[in-house]
Amino acid sequence: MAIDVPVLSRWQQSDLWWSFQQRPSAVFAVVLLAVVILTSILAPWITPQNPYDLAALNLMNSELPPIWLDGGEYPYVLGTDVQGRDLYSAILYGSRTSLFIGALSVLLALSVGLTLGLIAGYYGGWVDNAIMRLGDVLLSMPFILIAILISAVAVQMLPSHLRESLTSLILVVAIAVPSWVQYARTVRASAMVEKGKEYVQAARLIRVKSWRILLHHILPNTLTPIMVAATLNFGLAILSEATLSFLGVGMPSDQPSLGTLIRIGNQYLFSGLWWVVLFPSIQLCLIVLSVNMIGDWLRDALNPKLR
Amino acid sequence: MIAFLLKRLMNAAFVMLAVAFLAFMIFRFFGDPVEMMVNEQATQSDRAELRERLGLNDGLLTQYARFVGSAVQGDFGISYRNQQDVMTLVAERFPATFELVIVATVLSLIIGVPFGVLTAVYQDRKLADGLQIGSIVGVSLPSFVVGILLILVFSVSLGWLPAFGRGETVDIGWWSSGFFTDSGRAALILPSISLSLFQITLVMRLVRAEMLEVLRSDFIKFARARGLPLSVVHWRHALRNCLMPVITLTGMQIGNLIAFALVTETVFQWPGMGLLFIQAVTFVDIPVMAAYLMLVSFIFVLINTLVDITYAYVDPRLRSEVAVKGGSAHGH
Amino acid sequence: MKLESRQFVASTALLLACTAGHAEVLKWGANRDIGSLDPYSYGDSFTINVLNHTYEGLVRYDKDLKIEPALAVSWEILEDQITWRFKLRPDVTFHNGNSFTAEDVVASLQRVSHETSPLKGNLPAYVSASVVDDLTLDIVLNGTYPLLLNDLTNIHIFDKQWLVENDAELPTDIGAGTEGYATYHANGTGPFIVESRQPDAKTVFTVNPDWWDTPAHNLTGFELLPVTSAATRVAALLSGEISFTNDAPVQDLPRLEAAPGVNVLEGVDLRTVMIGMSYRDTLDNGSDNPFKDLKVRQALYQAIDMDQLQKKVMRGKSRNAGAVVAPPIPGYTESLDERMAFDVDAAKALLAEAGVPEGFEFDFNCLQDGLVNEEQICQAIASMWSRIGLSPRLDVAPRAVQTPKRTNGQADVYTLGWATLPMLDAYSPLLQIFHSKEGNSGVFNWGDWSFPELDELVQSAGAELDLDKRLAMETAALQIVKDELIMLPLHQQPMAWATTEAVTDMPLFPDNKPRLWFASMQ
Repeated sequence: MAIDVPVLSRWQQSDLWWSFQQRPSAVFAVVLLAVVILTSILAPWITPQNPYDLAALNLMNSELPPIWLDGGEYPYVLGTDVQGRDLYSAILYGSRTSLFIGALSVLLALSVGLTLGLIAGYYGGWVDNAIMRLGDVLLSMPFILIAILISAVAVQMLPSHLRESLTSLILVVAIAVPSWVQYARTVRASAMVEKGKEYVQAARLIRVKSWRILLHHILPNTLTPIMVAATLNFGLAILSEATLSFLGVGMPSDQPSLGTLIRIGNQYLFSGLWWVVLFPSIQLCLIVLSVNMIGDWLRDALNPKLR
Repeated sequence: MIAFLLKRLMNAAFVMLAVAFLAFMIFRFFGDPVEMMVNEQATQSDRAELRERLGLNDGLLTQYARFVGSAVQGDFGISYRNQQDVMTLVAERFPATFELVIVATVLSLIIGVPFGVLTAVYQDRKLADGLQIGSIVGVSLPSFVVGILLILVFSVSLGWLPAFGRGETVDIGWWSSGFFTDSGRAALILPSISLSLFQITLVMRLVRAEMLEVLRSDFIKFARARGLPLSVVHWRHALRNCLMPVITLTGMQIGNLIAFALVTETVFQWPGMGLLFIQAVTFVDIPVMAAYLMLVSFIFVLINTLVDITYAYVDPRLRSEVAVKGGSAHGH
Repeated sequence: MKLESRQFVASTALLLACTAGHAEVLKWGANRDIGSLDPYSYGDSFTINVLNHTYEGLVRYDKDLKIEPALAVSWEILEDQITWRFKLRPDVTFHNGNSFTAEDVVASLQRVSHETSPLKGNLPAYVSASVVDDLTLDIVLNGTYPLLLNDLTNIHIFDKQWLVENDAELPTDIGAGTEGYATYHANGTGPFIVESRQPDAKTVFTVNPDWWDTPAHNLTGFELLPVTSAATRVAALLSGEISFTNDAPVQDLPRLEAAPGVNVLEGVDLRTVMIGMSYRDTLDNGSDNPFKDLKVRQALYQAIDMDQLQKKVMRGKSRNAGAVVAPPIPGYTESLDERMAFDVDAAKALLAEAGVPEGFEFDFNCLQDGLVNEEQICQAIASMWSRIGLSPRLDVAPRAVQTPKRTNGQADVYTLGWATLPMLDAYSPLLQIFHSKEGNSGVFNWGDWSFPELDELVQSAGAELDLDKRLAMETAALQIVKDELIMLPLHQQPMAWATTEAVTDMPLFPDNKPRLWFASMQ
C-alpha cells in the first residue's frame, strides 16, 4: 500500500525527529530493538546450533553453565539446558519465534480491524451494527481468556503431524482475534467523521469507487493513533505469546519460544540451573521494554496535548 | 432514562447470549463429549445410548437453548475430572480469586495514585523521569517472571513469605476468607503484588494524564493565584478532579484482573478459579472451561453495564449516545 | 451483623489456638490431587493409595510388603479350589459408627466389579461373593487363581448401609448426569477420617480414635495439599509450608539435601519405564508400519544411550533395566535384566537391513504429567533416534489428552510405566500389558500385538497354585517379551521423598506409596 504524499509531509511537520533526539530512552529502545531483530533474523548464521533440530542436541553437553563460570565450555557462551540445548542459540531462535508471532498477530489484527472498521464506519446501518456487536462480544471477554481458549482448543484439535507446523499460526490467530476490535473502533469513528466531509462527497460525486475513497482518503487520516496502538499492541502480543507458552498452551518444548524456555527453566529454579530461566527472561523483558518505550515515545510525540 | 436502561440491559443480554454460544460451541465440538465420558471398554451401543441420553442427537438450536436454559440456572453439568457439580466447584474457588483481586486493586490505587500525581507535578525532574521509566518497566515485565522472582527472593532466599497457597482460611457461610489469619494475610502478599504490578502502572499513567489536563485548567490557575500552597492545590483540588476516571477504570479492570489472575494463580498455586480453569484446560474438562468463561464474562458485562448506567445517571447527556463503550480499557 | 463477625473472630482465635497446640498435623504436598473420594471411581494408583488412609481392604501389605491380615483375620481355599472363605475381624466399626460385617464386603465387591466400574480389571478372577455368617464370607472365582490376596489389598471396603442410604451402591456414572455421594463423602474403617475436601486445594484428614489396630503413628491428622509445580513444591518444603512430599524432583535433591532442616529419602521405585510401539499394519499417518519388524525395534533399542540418560536426565538416580519388571518382583531373574549394548552403527545397520535405511516418520506420544522427568526423557530419546535417521514427532500433552489416543491406537510409539501394583507379581504386566487384547486381558496392550505362545504361558500361570511352577512360567513369558522386544525397557525410575525435620519417621516403601500410619512427628 502506497502512502500518499500528504501523510509523509504531515510526518515531517510533526517534528518526530526532534522529539526522538530529545529522548534518550527512545534512542536506546530503537537501537536495542534493532539489535534484537537483526540477531534473530541472522540466527541461523550466528549461532553454533539449531535448537529446533533434535539431532543437534546431545545430552553430553547438557547443563553446562555460562562460559565465564567453572565448567563452562565453548561454544556454549550462555550455557546449556537439560537437553544440551545451547541457550544463546535457543534465545535467538526463541526471540525469532516470539517476534514472528507478535508481528504477524499485530498485522493480522490490523488488517482485519482496519478493514472491518472502515466498512462499518463508511457504510453504517446493519453492517456497522453487526461488526460492532461482534466487537462488543469480544471485548466482553478478557483478552487472555480468549487467547487461551483459542490456542488450547485449536492445538488439541489438530492431528499431530500438522501440529508442528501450525502451532505458531494458531497462536497468531489466538492473539489477533481479541485485539482487532480496538483498531476497528478507532478507524470507524474517523471514517464516520470523514465521510461527511466535502472532499469525500466530491469524490463520490465524480464516482470514485468507494474502496478508493476508503483507502486513499479516510485511512491515512487515522494512521497516527493506529500506529501508536499497533506499537503498544506489538509489545502486548509478545507478552501474550510468552504467557501462553509459559502456561503450557503455546509453543511446545521442542520448538521453544522465550515463554517456553522460561517454563522449562522454571522447573529447574532450585537445581542451580539459574541461567536456564534468567537469560530468556532478560531477553523477553528487554524486547517488550524496548517496544513499549518506542510506543510511549510515539504516543507522547504525536499527542499535541502533552508537548 | 427507562429507554436507555432497557436498551443497555438488552445489549448486555445479547452479549451474554453470544458468549454462551461460544461456550456452547466449545462444549459441543471440542473433542467428543461422549468419548470423554465413557471408559475405555465401552461398547458402540453404550456410546450410542449415552449420546442419546445427553441429547447430542437433537438439533443444534435445541441443544443451544437447553445449554442456555441450564446455564441461567447455574447448571453447567458435572466436571469430567472431579465428577462434581461444576457450579459448586467454581463457587468454592471464587472467594480465593476475589480476595486476591480486591487486594491487588487496593494496592494499585494506594501506589498508583500518588506516583501518578508525582510524575505529573514534577514533570521535568529526575524523580518524575524515573517513575515514568519505572512505569514502562512495570508494563513490560511479564507477571509470571515477576512472580518467579518474588518467590525466589522472598520465599526461598529470605524465607519471609509463603510461596504457594492461601494459608489458613476461615469460613463465613460459603465464603472462605484468608483475611482473618496471619498465614492467610502473609500468603496474599506476593501474589497480590505480582498481580497488581500492571494495574499500578495503568493507574499511574491515567492519573498522570488526567492531572496534566487538570493542571492546565483555569480553576487550578485560579487556585494558585489565590496563593494556596502548591501541595494543597495538587493533592486536594487537582487530584479530586481526576478521581472519577480512575475509579471507573479500576472498576472496569476488575473483570480483567479476575481473568489475568489465572497466571498469578498458576505461579503461586493459588487455589482460585483461574487455577481451576488452567487445570481444566490441561485435563480437557470442558464443563469447567465453559462455566468459567461464562462467569468471568458475566462479571465483565455486569460491571460495564453498571458503569454505563451510573454514568448516564450522573451525566444525562450520555443517555442519547447509546454507543456502547464496552470494556475499551483492556489490559494484557 | 456485628454479632456474627464477633463470633467469627472468636472462632478464628480458637482455630488458631487449636492449630498451635497440635503440631502433629502433617502437611503432605503432593504433585497432584486425588481424583475423587470414591476409590472405585478412578482407576488410578495415587487416588487409591491416599484413600487407603480412610478405607481398608481385607488384607494389606506390612512394612516389608508381605501380605498380612487386615479386615480379614484368616482365609482358606475350599475343596473346589475356586471358592475362598474369609473370616472377618470382629468389633471393627466404620467412621460413622456402623459395625463391619460380611454384608459390607459383599456389597463392596459387587460395587467394584460392576460393569461400569473403572476398577473391575483389578479383580479379574472374581465371579461372586456370598455371606456365610456375620463374620464369614465366600468368594467364588472363575478358576484356580493364585493372586487373589494380592488383588484384595487394594479393594477398599465400604459400609453397605451407608451406600444404600446415600444411593451410592453403584460406581459413579457421569453419563447419568448425577454426582455420586461417595465422590465427596467418605466412610471407611481406616486410621484417618476425611474431615473436609476442596478439590485441587486441600483435603483434611483427622485421626480415627476408634481404629481397630494399634496406631504406630503419632499424628492427629494430615492435610493433602496438591502443589502441581515442582519448583513451588520445593519452595514450599524449604519454607516449611509443607512437611512432606512424596515427589521431590530429582534435579532438586542436592539442593534439598544441603538445606538445613530437610531430610531426603531416596530409593529406586518398582516402576519400570518402557517404550511401546504400534504393531498394527499401518502407522497413524497411514504409511506401512516398520515396527512389526523385530530389526526395527532392535534399532530403536540400540540407539538409546541409557548411560547418558541415567546420568544426565535422571541425575544418576535411576536403575537401567533390561527386564520389564524390577528385581524384587516375583518372576524376575537376573539373566532377563541384561541390556543390549548402545550402538549407533549397529542401529543404523539394522534399519538398513529392515529396508528403511532413510528412517521414517512416526508419532512419539508422551505425557506431561506422567513419569519422573518424562518430558525430558522423551526429548532426549527423540534426539537419539533422530541421530540414526529416524524422524520422531514428539507429542507431549497431559494424560487426559493422550490416553484416548493411546487406547485408540493413534500413538505409534509411547511411554508406559508399570509398577505391578497392587499385585507385586510379574503376572500383572504379563496379563495386563503383554497378553493379547481380549476381555480383561491386555487392557494396556495399546500396540495391539499378539504372541500366542506368551498368551498360553500367561493363562496357565494364572491358574497355577504352585508358586515355583507359576514363577517358572512367568519367567518364560518374560523371556519372550525380551527376545521379541515387545516393549523396550528403559529403567526403574527413582523415587524421592522429602520431609522437614519436624517429621521424625517416614518409612519409604519400594512401591512409592506413603503410609502415614507409620509416620511420626516431633
